[in-house]
Amino acid sequence: KGANKNGAAAQGRPRNRFEQAPLYVAVLTYVGFGIVTLFGYFRDFLRALRLEKCHIAQERQELKEFVPLYQDFENFYTRNLYMRVRDNWNRPICSLPGPVFDLMERVSDDYNWTFRLTGRTLKNVINMGSYNYLGFAENNALFLTTVAEAVRGYGVGTCSTRQEMGNLRIHEELEQLVAEFLGVESAMTFGMGFATNSMNIPALVGKGCLILSDELNHTSLILGARLSGATIRIFKHNNMQSLERLLRDAVCSGQPRTHRPWRKILIMVEGIYSMEGSLVCLPEIVALKKKYKAYLYLDEAHSIGALGPTGRGVIELFGMDAKDIDILMGTFTKSFGAAGGYIAGKKELVDYLRSHSHSAVYASAMSPPVTEQIIRVIKGIMGRGGTNEGLRRVHRLMENTRYFRRRLREMGFIIYGNEDSPVVPLLLYLPAKVVAFSRAMLEKNIGVVVVGFPATPITEARARFCVSAAHTRDMLDKVLDALDEVGDALSIKFSRQKFSPRSELYDGTDFELDS
Amino acid sequence: KMASGQQWVLVEMVQAFYEAPAYHLILEGILILWIVRLLFSKTYKLQERSDLTDKEKEELIEEWQPEPLVPQVSKDHPSLKYDVVSGPPSHKIIVNGKECINFASFNFLGLLDNERVKVCALASLQKYGVGTCGPRGFYGTFDVHLELEERLAKFMRTEEAIIYSYGFATIASAIPAYSKRGDIVFVDEAACFSIQKGLQASRSVIKYFKHNDMEDLERLLKEQEVEDQKNPRKARVTRRFIVVEGLYINTADVCPLPELVNLKYKYKVRIFLEESMSFGVLGEHGRGVTEHFDVNIDDIDLISANMENAVASIGGFCCGRSFVIDHQRLSGQGYCFSASLPPMLAAAAIEALNIMENDPDIFTILREKCRHVHKSLQGIPGLKVVGEPFAPALHLQLERSSGSRETDMKMLPQHLLVCFQCLDRQIAVTQARYLDKEEKFLPSPSIRVVVTIEQTEVEIEKAANCIREAALAILK
Repeated sequence: KGANKNGAAAQGRPRNRFEQAPLYVAVLTYVGFGIVTLFGYFRDFLRALRLEKCHIAQERQELKEFVPLYQDFENFYTRNLYMRVRDNWNRPICSLPGPVFDLMERVSDDYNWTFRLTGRTLKNVINMGSYNYLGFAENNALFLTTVAEAVRGYGVGTCSTRQEMGNLRIHEELEQLVAEFLGVESAMTFGMGFATNSMNIPALVGKGCLILSDELNHTSLILGARLSGATIRIFKHNNMQSLERLLRDAVCSGQPRTHRPWRKILIMVEGIYSMEGSLVCLPEIVALKKKYKAYLYLDEAHSIGALGPTGRGVIELFGMDAKDIDILMGTFTKSFGAAGGYIAGKKELVDYLRSHSHSAVYASAMSPPVTEQIIRVIKGIMGRGGTNEGLRRVHRLMENTRYFRRRLREMGFIIYGNEDSPVVPLLLYLPAKVVAFSRAMLEKNIGVVVVGFPATPITEARARFCVSAAHTRDMLDKVLDALDEVGDALSIKFSRQKFSPRSELYDGTDFELDS
Repeated sequence: KMASGQQWVLVEMVQAFYEAPAYHLILEGILILWIVRLLFSKTYKLQERSDLTDKEKEELIEEWQPEPLVPQVSKDHPSLKYDVVSGPPSHKIIVNGKECINFASFNFLGLLDNERVKVCALASLQKYGVGTCGPRGFYGTFDVHLELEERLAKFMRTEEAIIYSYGFATIASAIPAYSKRGDIVFVDEAACFSIQKGLQASRSVIKYFKHNDMEDLERLLKEQEVEDQKNPRKARVTRRFIVVEGLYINTADVCPLPELVNLKYKYKVRIFLEESMSFGVLGEHGRGVTEHFDVNIDDIDLISANMENAVASIGGFCCGRSFVIDHQRLSGQGYCFSASLPPMLAAAAIEALNIMENDPDIFTILREKCRHVHKSLQGIPGLKVVGEPFAPALHLQLERSSGSRETDMKMLPQHLLVCFQCLDRQIAVTQARYLDKEEKFLPSPSIRVVVTIEQTEVEIEKAANCIREAALAILK
């Protein structure tokens, strides 16, 4: 129903933005890394001279003659850079990962080599880091009645694989529901999102096939592609010219050296790229795929449930037909507040996976209460069960995303990505500012996620916010005010673009609630 | 003063020019002319890429037909039709509408429908909800995870433990974290599929030795020693590992751990032990094969197990010394790039550990039942029992294996028929499933029989008789 309206809106959809910082920032970043590296060498030297205490765990005496398990230089980065700032990651929490959560206070007496928990908790820290897009990470007893029943009825494990004795009726119910939700013929679910990629891509492509993978694809996609044995070629992020050139080359020249034609060509892209917050250029990719007869693998780990007027993901956002995408893949960890993944598409595809997927034969089936949670969430989003709660959350997420991104750009920060993506990377560049930012925000009782090298390019360290439908306007305002203060104190408002709020005239906001 | 300095340098240059020998000047002149020519000539590619015109390219693009995305799967492919279980896969299991006694789920200690475990899981559900919505590095570390890791380390008496959210991903992420391209791994031929995938991801040199054959392994190690002496510099940085399973899932027997430890110190190789089937089964307190053989646990570099068998939860863990385990927190792919284990499942695992610690008699009882089943299944015409008497997951293989895989494969439907007949008579057994084309050393087709602590003697007798009759009827 909404397809036509959004088809028109897709034309005017704003593009992904990647503003460049001024040159001095890049220079300062390299200088910063250079200084830290020099200090690292100096410290290693002191440690070798026994002037500085060596805190790292040591090999056993009996194994001193063995080949060392780790090369010294492999651990240089960990020892000298990561250790000093690692209090910003792996922060333990002791409540559910909702819009606010409780952090366990963790202190270090020896500059982050060891931590100890003081026993105190920081209560009601605003959570801008968890992938809780639709706010389904909740412990409302009323909503969770069916899940509790599943625990009482089924227990927690399955103790078998899908092909042996682990195929429960509840799994089949979930698969039918997922297929209906996505508008495809058939679907199959797996117990882990990461493993969905790494265990099924090898079943679909093999030697003699070509995989064209986006530059910024997730590790699970890269691992699956490597395990399959196919040839992998990488195209620049979202760059259609680069992709077309590779496709033309592949079809015309065939396999390297033998020039035999490729058996299959598979294009792997993601719906939302989690480090950049950018959306895939889906219409162009589908057009290319049809022209060159390639197959498309769309990984909607972050975008399913979070994009589109009814939460059907990036396909709905662009107004396209799900039948154009050959393999739809997604995870239930993010918008659905559970765990696991799915692959959906034509019946032949799913039948083949049922008999040949590594996961169906060797990995245990999904836990029944987790399955029940996904079932209740999908029913909620689809509007079954008589409430509009699911749909309301999808809309609230969209409003929150737009508001948050607009205010950040007004303040003068550099934000990457597309206007609609709930993943908001805020660029910080310098390594020292990354650490100071995270600690300053925690003092203001806001939990943020910062990412640096090697997950991002060395000069583009960033903070990544995940907007949730469960955030109220007050919470977002509190976060934005804190960002304003910290931004001024650390001078990270690098944006040089003048942003006028009036220029954003959306014709994409006219999707109504069909109640 | 500057001008005169410059002039002076110029004079020197001109003087040098005159003083240089002729051949020198001519050579330099030729070189300069060559460089000028190279700079101005057109670049060419080493590979004659294409003299194809655009029109020819369009034709090629039109003509090319890819294979279909997936090959056709026939409707009666044996792996297509799953047995549907309604209700929990516990001791009395309802398969395809019929209530059967469960001899197929790896619920060794019967913890799948234990009330205490369910109560703990419910309490955790009420506090934390279902999912963790993040990887361990980004607010996905809950106090339950930290507690479970501590408890596992304490139970196994090691320094540290690390949890993964999926059993398959545990050893498949642990191996590539340590073993990289150029390292050497010695693996048993009967290693399970997740180990094989971990090895494939590591890109190391893999050497297989015959199943449980220590002489074959020693031969390979000696060969490697000879190689090392040829190139000692490379040998000094090449790591070596042995990967074995405590209780093999494919053959249901134990690895000879004391001999392996001897080989470890003799040839300086590290041992990775996969204990999915033996954790919570072997040993006086269920600590696995190290306790079974009374080997010092510090001698094993890494122990990996999944919590989906005896512990009846979901997920997996690795334990060992901090020196080894801590590395996975930054380089284990299944740990860093994947969401953490739902707290409900971690709480269930903690309660299962509590039960295992409080009541170590269950392990003795389980081993008794295993012996009983092993004895009852002897002497079935056409099928032979494969596995140790104390192994909880046995295989029933064809007695007269013809030696050729094709003939064995034709017998394949007969295994299925035996399973179907048993299901008809209310005994749930299943055929051991493998991916035929993906396994390196495909095990022979077999029926899997799993022993759990909840099975009574009467039920075991009934199962043995049922299998015997089915085998008589079908395999004759």
